[in-house]
Amino acid sequence: MSYNWNWPIFFSPVPSGETTYLFWLIEGLKFTVLLSLSAWVLALIVGSLAGVLRTVPNRFLSGAATAYVELFRNIPLLVQLFIWYFVMPELLPKSMGDAFKQSDPLFQQFVAAFVCLGLFTSARVAEQVRSGINSLPRGQKSAGLALGFTLPQTYRFVLLPMAFRIVIPPLTSEFLNIFKNSSVATTIGLIELSRQAQQLVDYTAQPYEAFIVVTALYLMINIIVMSLMRVVEGRVRVPGYMGGK
Amino acid sequence: MQLIEIQNISKWYGEFQVLTECSTSVAKGEVVVVCGPSGSGKSTLIKCVNALEPFQTGNITVNGISLSDKKTNLPKLRSRVGMVFQNFELFPHMTIIENMTIAQEKVLGRSKEDALTKGHALLKRVGLVEQTNKFPGQLSGGQQQRVAIARALAMDPMCMLFDEPTSALDPEMVNEVLDVMVALAEEGMTMMCVTHEMGFARKVANRVVFMDRGRIVEDAHKDEFFGSPRSERAQEFLSKILSH
Repeated sequence: MSYNWNWPIFFSPVPSGETTYLFWLIEGLKFTVLLSLSAWVLALIVGSLAGVLRTVPNRFLSGAATAYVELFRNIPLLVQLFIWYFVMPELLPKSMGDAFKQSDPLFQQFVAAFVCLGLFTSARVAEQVRSGINSLPRGQKSAGLALGFTLPQTYRFVLLPMAFRIVIPPLTSEFLNIFKNSSVATTIGLIELSRQAQQLVDYTAQPYEAFIVVTALYLMINIIVMSLMRVVEGRVRVPGYMGGK
Repeated sequence: MQLIEIQNISKWYGEFQVLTECSTSVAKGEVVVVCGPSGSGKSTLIKCVNALEPFQTGNITVNGISLSDKKTNLPKLRSRVGMVFQNFELFPHMTIIENMTIAQEKVLGRSKEDALTKGHALLKRVGLVEQTNKFPGQLSGGQQQRVAIARALAMDPMCMLFDEPTSALDPEMVNEVLDVMVALAEEGMTMMCVTHEMGFARKVANRVVFMDRGRIVEDAHKDEFFGSPRSERAQEFLSKILSH
């Protein structure tokens, strides 16, 4: 196999001459990080709420939360993305849908990918949160109620602080997944990292360099996320409990 | 005056009846010990008293407030009924003093200073001031249970419920917990205790309630219960647990 390695390619100007290929990658990295972080915030909020509701005694609320979780985790991510991007604007009230369709394409792509990734991941977060709550001794809830806490207070002060600590490792996995899953946004044209890698290949015919660097960038993001979560885990560790001293 | 009045309580888990027409009462200042073989429903009964377990028929009143009345503010009622659990159930992510103060602040609306003062005083009383800033997981079982009793007392309860408070303890730690309970009884606290500690019952109980298969089989003054139990089941139970 003869392959012409050309590492300096990243510093060559792009065809339009305005910038370099490296800048394309940085631009892609920026969108991958922005999209993933914002979707993670959405996933944590919605997922925690759905996870808590799955454990409450009210059958209507827990049933609704279960339906939500099953819906969002049983439809392929790609299908969900197409629904949010192509179908939802048609289902909105006409004026809103038209305004959305006439907005900046980048805005449309970003919003659709943000909602899609956020809600898809929220279903998974919900399951983690639920399992965390259910893993606590039953007596903890009783003890909270027996002290006179209302049910919401019992969750707030007693159950959730421990449940979240317990599920930090699986939540870290979801946090890593959201960065990896964000690459599906390439299919609707969002210029995130993997999209830029493809573009680089199209323009330069240097696939090895392009994908080696992009792979390294994804790895770097996830190593940062893992280290960050390890710090969080250490900070909230409870002395005398599980891994605590 | 009867502080806790249990009237004809029945409870089912699906088809299975766990409590059958249980009636008893605890007067102000009285100490009632509930005992019986495992699975007899004693823990379930005591959890009905502060509505941690729902029941289908009958009624319970605490200080004249009916639990079956839909308008009863259960959290408010529970805040005045202290409960101690078999597995302590301290909140593991809070320090000992935080365990003591959180409900005082969030439920009773006390100021932080008042809650701390009360918390420290009670920790001193159960002999655990030096553990103030430790976490529950760093304490022994006996120490945790003493904190749990102090935590319940911090709410100034009108009565205390104990659900097998010494069953999960190493034998050498049982007495430190019982000592706290005896002192409490001698101060006149109204107490309902599910326990197998017959020494404790003999020492401080006024009455003993004996349960078997979801029914209250015997409800007698302690001397009568230990001296000449009427039911055969209670005689058998006593002979088994007192033979060593």
